[in-house]
Amino acid sequence: MAKAKKVPVKISRQVPFCPGCGHGIIVRMIMECVEELGYNDNVIIGKPVGCASLLDNSLDVDTFTGAHGRNGASMTTVKRLKPDTLVIAYQGDGDAYNIGFSETMNAAYRNEKFTVITINNGNFGMTGGQMAWTTMPGQKTATSVNGRNVELSGMPIKVPEMIASSFDTAYVARGALFTPSEINKTKSYIKKALQAQIDGIGHSMVEILSPCPTNWGLSPLAAMERVEKELVPYYPLGELKNKGGK
Amino acid sequence: MSKVIVSKDKCKQCGYCVKHCPKQAISFSTDFNSSGFKYAVVDDGKCIQCGMCYTTCPDGVFEITE
Amino acid sequence: MGDMVKGNIAMGEAAIRAGMHIYCGYPITPSTEIMEYMSWRAQDAGRQFIQAANEGEAMYMVYGAASVGARVLTASSGLGISLKQEGVGYMAAADYPCVMISVVRYGDGLGSLESGQNDYLRETRGGANGDYRNIVLSPSSVQEAVDLVYLAFDLSEKYRNVVVILTEGALGQMMEDCDYPPMKEVPFYDWAFDGKHTHKQESQMTANLFERAQRMNAKRAEITANEQRWEAVDIEDADYVFFAYGVPGRVTLGLVDELRKEGQKVGIIRPISLWPFPQKAYEAINKNVKAFITVETCDEGQMIEDVALYAKKTGFGDVPCYAIASPPGVPKMSYVKEKFEAIKAGKAKEVF
Repeated sequence: MAKAKKVPVKISRQVPFCPGCGHGIIVRMIMECVEELGYNDNVIIGKPVGCASLLDNSLDVDTFTGAHGRNGASMTTVKRLKPDTLVIAYQGDGDAYNIGFSETMNAAYRNEKFTVITINNGNFGMTGGQMAWTTMPGQKTATSVNGRNVELSGMPIKVPEMIASSFDTAYVARGALFTPSEINKTKSYIKKALQAQIDGIGHSMVEILSPCPTNWGLSPLAAMERVEKELVPYYPLGELKNKGGK
Repeated sequence: MSKVIVSKDKCKQCGYCVKHCPKQAISFSTDFNSSGFKYAVVDDGKCIQCGMCYTTCPDGVFEITE
Repeated sequence: MGDMVKGNIAMGEAAIRAGMHIYCGYPITPSTEIMEYMSWRAQDAGRQFIQAANEGEAMYMVYGAASVGARVLTASSGLGISLKQEGVGYMAAADYPCVMISVVRYGDGLGSLESGQNDYLRETRGGANGDYRNIVLSPSSVQEAVDLVYLAFDLSEKYRNVVVILTEGALGQMMEDCDYPPMKEVPFYDWAFDGKHTHKQESQMTANLFERAQRMNAKRAEITANEQRWEAVDIEDADYVFFAYGVPGRVTLGLVDELRKEGQKVGIIRPISLWPFPQKAYEAINKNVKAFITVETCDEGQMIEDVALYAKKTGFGDVPCYAIASPPGVPKMSYVKEKFEAIKAGKAKEVF
């Protein structure tokens, strides 16, 4: 018996991202969860600066124009003033972990009751593939043309681990997209994160390893393979914290 | 009514659906869509409506019908 | 007649009375008392307070609060206001209202803890990128500060514009008696995000900036036409007209009074709105005025630029413009008088 599947109604126009970009899959999963949890008409999404700056043209929901890296601060007050609304900060890794590191950490530190979804693609995508704190050692980017020198620039940063181990938040997980099974697992993480918000337990975060075919110089399938073979060993998948328990 | 409705003009030829279809029911067209991509084509006879294509597609190309 | 209250506290209470829903801020001298007061008074009044990790974060919190329709206040000084500028720019681009109190301290960079007026150009021109302007209001007494803060929320919502209360350390710290306006409870404004997507908000990235420019130009023209505020004394027959705002404005009012008693024909325009600058005030100035003289607490004069620019616009283009720049703190009347006499005696050089 077939289960009918159709793109959520709140995605009103096709997303404008590169072929094979993870954004499209992730945005669909988020809006599926929002719909399934009954929040289609009670949601505010903070979009970042980055490739996902283009998000609001595709979504038929309240979409806040986040300052670069600052949704940790802005979604704090959005949620405090509208505690019954589902509030989601949607941020690239450059947005949340580089320029927005302080705001991201401070929101987790205060256990602000909104959900952060970070899209980790190991570079600054929108501006043409510069090095980010998530870039792997030796990885060539527009600002590490000979490969990332971690002696000078630090090892790739693991913000979910930092938050899970330092702060008393509700939920932290990391997912990926390289098989339908991983996509479905990631969706379950997103759903649990949103449920932790709905239940009022506290701050929730899901980081999702995403391919960036354009800036990695790989085909979409090769980029997905790179996520599986090169990134997952360093950035382990799974739930890092689950206060709700289930 | 076909098992899968394909919005061919949304397809960007990423290849995820082709790879993950358990029945190898998806291939690329020989002609181009309006964006210049070869788009996914589903062999209705092989399709079992598992939904893997829907799950892996970043662009909402597929709708699995009842 | 109300109680004696410190300027900073009075401004905080005025915001509560105006229906402020949330205060977001960070402490910095000489504005800190606003925040300390809010930290308990907000909850007392059924409102919210949040202490940010720094002034920049506070402004991004303001930005989020404004997006859902809240009346929101922040307050800072000098370099703290500098940190906020990117957030102010986003507010302007999104047409969000808020009130920001800038309690100026003298100096570049870290600056000093003394009272000053050296942020006039920054506040009236705006410290973030783009063409936006904030409405800027400057009080010269604690009562006026209360009245302007109360007004500021209404103005900011009417025009969907940031309103800055530009004051100084001396006023924030001094105590005067004042009366508070009535307590208001105000709903979140109705064009904001409500979770239901009732109102589409324009995307800053894909907006048509040429069309937006026409709308913003029209808005700025409307504000300029309707929101100029000033106090003028004895300018109709004055040989010399002073321009001074804030606490130096009050000092200069006193000086004008004293000089008039000595038989000198002087007058004063005390701008209350710094943007829009009170161009209309020039209409009543003696057509044979000999000079315009600003009194400002900064290195060499900042408001002097606007005084000269608007002199040119209003037919006073040939009138020399002098700046009496007073050192950190509150200018003494005797200091201003001495500089004035030097100007009259031809011993000072005009700025324009």
